[in-house]
Amino acid sequence: MEYFLQQLINGLTLGAIYGLIALGYTMVYGILGMINFAHGTIYMLGAFISLIGYLAATTVGGAPVTLALLLALFATMAFTALWGWTIERVAYRPLRKAPRLAPLISAIGVSIILQNFAALAQGTRAKPLPPVIRGGFTLINSDDFPVSLSWMQIIVFVMTVTLMAGFTWMITRTSLGRAQRATEQDMKMAALLGIDVDRVVSATFVIGAALAGVAGLMVTLYYGVIDFYIGFLAGIKAFTAAVLGGIGSLPGAMLGGLLIGLIEAFWSAYFSIEYKDVATFGILVLVLVFRPTGLLGRPDVEKI
Amino acid sequence: MLKVEGLHSGYGRIRALHGVDLEVRQGEIVALVGANGAGKTTLLMTICGNPRASAGKVWLAGEDITGLATHHIIRRGLAHCPEGRRIFPRMTVLENLQMGAATGDPAHFDQDLERVLELFPRLKERLHQRGGTLSGGEQQMLAIGRALMSRPKVLLLDEPSLGLAPLVVRQIFEIIAAINRDQGVTVFLVEQNAFHALKLAHRGHVMVNGRITLSGSGADLLANPEIRAHYLDGGAS
Repeated sequence: MEYFLQQLINGLTLGAIYGLIALGYTMVYGILGMINFAHGTIYMLGAFISLIGYLAATTVGGAPVTLALLLALFATMAFTALWGWTIERVAYRPLRKAPRLAPLISAIGVSIILQNFAALAQGTRAKPLPPVIRGGFTLINSDDFPVSLSWMQIIVFVMTVTLMAGFTWMITRTSLGRAQRATEQDMKMAALLGIDVDRVVSATFVIGAALAGVAGLMVTLYYGVIDFYIGFLAGIKAFTAAVLGGIGSLPGAMLGGLLIGLIEAFWSAYFSIEYKDVATFGILVLVLVFRPTGLLGRPDVEKI
Repeated sequence: MLKVEGLHSGYGRIRALHGVDLEVRQGEIVALVGANGAGKTTLLMTICGNPRASAGKVWLAGEDITGLATHHIIRRGLAHCPEGRRIFPRMTVLENLQMGAATGDPAHFDQDLERVLELFPRLKERLHQRGGTLSGGEQQMLAIGRALMSRPKVLLLDEPSLGLAPLVVRQIFEIIAAINRDQGVTVFLVEQNAFHALKLAHRGHVMVNGRITLSGSGADLLANPEIRAHYLDGGAS
């Protein structure tokens, strides 16, 4: 029981991070109908920017930890947002009217370029960050298995829940969110109502990238080790989360992220840690075979 | 108010319009009738900048809008209520109307909403229902209401009667007349339902294969034997 509870906590933490990344996939898919394969790379860049930002603030600037973390957070969101905007502008927008495969290949190209850029600029060795936020609570003090909840895990939850709540509010209540949903449902009609569709698409990439950036920051703090290659696997897992939840559905992305995190944690705990990725991608295959629309997705109704 | 001069347009290598000239004056209802595939929808869409005109000019209230992006054209006071209605099915009726007001002054919103709901009391009952759950007639009302939310100078209507029951068609045309009469909105109406459209319109044009072949007052065109033979006596009610 204690062991189960601990895995539940670990799985939810991991899942929250996947959920944040998955939102970016599902938003872009909803509007442009394309899988932005460079999205995982943005998350990797976010991890690096947060590491650099944090180290620069503490060692060079001599800032206290809380301030340094806040600075790292803002720097990460700002820079990943800028990357997201630039990638869309340079690599996707010129291909908006091209066959669907073209932006997909362009996305893979961007992802390879950025990965190599990170490897060249930061080296290929893993970068460690000594634990910044230590300590936590022992929830159950059992002899055979103490259950603990670390401050870091609490921060991940609180950050994720806050961001997702803010994001949901933005989508459902603001005029930008309305314009995004309208563009998602009928891009041509949105333009016919005076919506600058290009601006809406840019905003979508900016928001998705900033969320992935925050996920990068949290992973840097949570695991304490990053390298230039982390974006690939995390990206594909978050994509799996988006598909599991129903690609195009925002609550689906959050739910899918949590489920993938839980599946990974429980599989590692009860079966074999070596095969945890097999479990995740096995789910992807099963979903695609038996429920291609995902848990909360809607079937693609033919438009008349 | 809206003036089209020598407009050529098409999709890719298919040319749909071959030099169209027409004018819609302030306060008028002008109808464009013609068979399926004549280029009527293409004309409306080209006025909105999608597809772009390959030659010719479009003027709105004296301003050349030919080369502008669609959203800039709309922001200059055009509203388009396109073929097939194209309401946002997964947004509520209210949200659809809010989208219609996206370019307008937020200070006018409440007043405009009230005006539209007065015109379409049915929408008031359905305000928080998703657009996709409305009946065809209600969807058409929503599409027109949405277009009116931006306080347009000119309202473009593409086949508002398409797929609707005769009773609903009559209702929709009455409302179009009321919008024009009471609110002074200039209307450019494209219809296959030539009888209703010409009866409503001050002036009309007939389009065949991307060219305007006949023009005149609505009543004259209705009386024209050629029109009767081609567009009226066959099927239209």
